[in-house]
Amino acid sequence: MNKFTPIIPLACLLLAACGSDNDNNTTITPVPPTPEPEPTQYEFKVTALNLTNAQPLSPLGAALHTSGQFWTIGEMASEELEKLAEGGDNSGLLGLSVVNASTSGDAPLGPGKMTELMLTTTSLTDQKISLISMMVNTNDGFTGLNSIDVSHMAVGDYAKMHTRAYDSGTEANSESSGSMPGPADGGEGFNAVRDDIDKVAMHLGVVSNDDGLSTSVLTSEHKFDNPLMAVTITRVK
Amino acid sequence: MKAKLLSLVCTSSLLAMSAAHAADIDVKITNLTQGIYFTPILIGAHSSDAHLFQTGQAASDALQAMAEGGSIDALSATLDSINANKLANPAEGLLAPASTTMGSLTTTDSNTTLSIVAMMLPTNDGFVGLDGWTIPTEAGTYHIYLNAYDAGTEANNELVVDGSGAPGTPGIPASPGAAPGTQGSGLTTMETNTMVHIHRGNVGDDEAIGGKSDLHNTVHRWLNPVAKVTVTVK
Repeated sequence: MNKFTPIIPLACLLLAACGSDNDNNTTITPVPPTPEPEPTQYEFKVTALNLTNAQPLSPLGAALHTSGQFWTIGEMASEELEKLAEGGDNSGLLGLSVVNASTSGDAPLGPGKMTELMLTTTSLTDQKISLISMMVNTNDGFTGLNSIDVSHMAVGDYAKMHTRAYDSGTEANSESSGSMPGPADGGEGFNAVRDDIDKVAMHLGVVSNDDGLSTSVLTSEHKFDNPLMAVTITRVK
Repeated sequence: MKAKLLSLVCTSSLLAMSAAHAADIDVKITNLTQGIYFTPILIGAHSSDAHLFQTGQAASDALQAMAEGGSIDALSATLDSINANKLANPAEGLLAPASTTMGSLTTTDSNTTLSIVAMMLPTNDGFVGLDGWTIPTEAGTYHIYLNAYDAGTEANNELVVDGSGAPGTPGIPASPGAAPGTQGSGLTTMETNTMVHIHRGNVGDDEAIGGKSDLHNTVHRWLNPVAKVTVTVK
């Protein structure tokens, strides 16, 4: 993480100016009521690059929150996570009560493509960023960042990370016709039935028809390995 | 003034480097895979010149017994013989997919590095491993991600055979969880790289009876990393 701190000299200058004003202030004048100060805006930029060969990523959801996690390895997926992992719908996760600011990409992020998402908040304390997206040519595979603490970042600081592939454990990885919403299949997204281990784990990859799963509609093109995305979080304001 | 500060810094860093001190640590291990079990886990704190395994080196007999059959007895004895501090089998048996276990360890003397091994089931001679991670002297919580290794001692035929956990007996001793396929013909009889190396992964097939492998290709594969270790230095 690179540290640039242009804001500190500026703050010093302002403080010095205030000090000298107070020293010279000898007459008492009624102070007009000051308007509420504009709350300070803090802003983060999240850029994400899809590193896969042929796994479009459903519209990326990014959120600021101070508590909670979108997923935990070994625990059951929430229904909101299941909807994301099976159908690419991030609205449930971004709508969780712990989320205090969020933004979503407006289209899937294709292989080799980069996107940029902005998040703003008026408080830095305990802020964490989470990022979430489905690999759409899978049954219930997703990738993202889980509660990255950004509360100590200064303006200009950035952090580079890679994301890994997870499996929500809510749908068996049949890879069969009609079971995946992405362009390789055009099949079903979310289905409330849970027929897998019902625990979030890391994804074991897609098998594909080319690699021995005769009922799979996927080809070797759709295989992936970790990492899935290259992500940079920058505090811009 | 400046010179004085500098010498102070030097002294304290030298002290930190040469310190052979005890530490209390908690070790939490999460099996990140979706369908692979870990057999009893062995955790050891030992001197930095010791290893339970090393990539590019032939497996010891003790490592082979662990990787092919899940037995940590011989490796435990190895740790005892070098006055290591150990934590054997914290999960008291298998650690299931997407599950976590935890234990504590007090390190003594110059046991400044941490190693972890456990066989991965079902594999022929695959194991999850950590080789000589330096235990930080600063209190805090540290995360480590572990890869899957191949001991290089047995051909990955992917056939489930009773009793094949004995070193040198080909086959996978058991498939906990999903019932394995049967009557596979065997993927290979060769182990090309006979040194410890990164596991190439299970292949599996989609046939319950026959095919090349007794493993299932939608269940028994994995991508690295396969485990997350959280070490808390107190």
